[in-house]
Amino acid sequence: MGLRVTDLSCARGGLPLLEGVSFSLEAGQALVLRGPNGCGKTTLLRTVAGLQPALAGQVDLPPEAIAYAAHADGIKSTLSVAENLAFWAAIYGTSSFEEALDRMNLRALAGRAAQNLSAGQKRRLGLARLLVTGRPLWVLDEPTVSLDTASVALFGDVVRRHLQAGGMALIATHIDLGLPEAEILDLASYKARLPEIGAGTFDEAFL
Amino acid sequence: MISLLTRDLRLALRAGGGFGLGLAFYLILAVLVPLGVGPAPATLALIAPGILWVGALLACLLSLDRIFALDFEDGSLDLLATAPVPLEAVVSIKALAHWLTTGLPLVLISPVMGLLLFLPSEAYLWLILSLTLGTPALSVIGTFGAALTVGLKRGGLLLSLLVLPLYIPTLIFGAEVVSRGAQGLSVSTPLALLAGITAGAVALLPFASALVLRINLR
Repeated sequence: MGLRVTDLSCARGGLPLLEGVSFSLEAGQALVLRGPNGCGKTTLLRTVAGLQPALAGQVDLPPEAIAYAAHADGIKSTLSVAENLAFWAAIYGTSSFEEALDRMNLRALAGRAAQNLSAGQKRRLGLARLLVTGRPLWVLDEPTVSLDTASVALFGDVVRRHLQAGGMALIATHIDLGLPEAEILDLASYKARLPEIGAGTFDEAFL
Repeated sequence: MISLLTRDLRLALRAGGGFGLGLAFYLILAVLVPLGVGPAPATLALIAPGILWVGALLACLLSLDRIFALDFEDGSLDLLATAPVPLEAVVSIKALAHWLTTGLPLVLISPVMGLLLFLPSEAYLWLILSLTLGTPALSVIGTFGAALTVGLKRGGLLLSLLVLPLYIPTLIFGAEVVSRGAQGLSVSTPLALLAGITAGAVALLPFASALVLRINLR
């Protein structure tokens, strides 16, 4: 199973951002997306994850194979760390979250309410969710934000083990995750041309 | 799905979860109405069915914007939309959780409210029955409204404006059941219509809610 993206165009807020994006990922591979702020990294990731439709082109992997990690971690602040993880494990139908606690170095925090965690600890909890999804493709949007260097290295190891187990990762990041084998795709070259005003119907002119 | 329900119930019961907000509102309303209208039992008994139903409706309305807003803000809604649970099921579970934390307590406390408003004794059964049948529709319709306005800052006012007209049939037939029951008349027609509205809303609206939620998440 691999991810094949062909000729993908995507838009945000009605404005086309990227067009003609093509790449493919085989099992065990990672792809790092680069590009300046606002170039459409998040939009591309959301399109791949199936949260928004593509303007054109296709993503050749069902959304059921994708675990998406956004800027927001989806953590409930009044639940404890273990309760947060147990919920996602139950949703994804994987029973064990204990291993995820250990691998993201959250064991000592397991009983603490998520509202008392630091920003980096919250991020680690958000990323630990990926381990309980059991899905092959991880789509990661800036996963290292607010992580310290030790945690970045820890997460780099987690991603590498996921790849060695036959998984895939699509990562938008500005920081080196310590994955020298990952390919890099610069999105700046796929920038969409703005539609000419007046060329299309009235609707397009007002987008 | 069970885990989503237990999570939502647990969140509602913990600090800041909003459980009891509707209940407190209902209680305050039933205490204030006799003070405002005057303590004459005949007057109160006459308006009690309407007051009790309007109160239940407004109490439901109070907590609607929390159904999706909190999950949207912390990103859980995006993650739930990509999770293996169908969005229609997520929406139904959310509506059920809302009913269990808002509608059901209102049903359970309504006899006490009836007492405060001198509701005739024949009407108690119909009050409980009509609220049991009608409040699920309030939660399901409200979930639809919450799905429409998710992501809007301060969407509460718009939510109320959207949802209140949809609540009107439930209010009319629900209050009609109670007032006819109080007069000892047959209640089968409004009761059947009330049950029909609830059944239709529960069957159809989750699909509409899931659809608008998908559009709003884009």
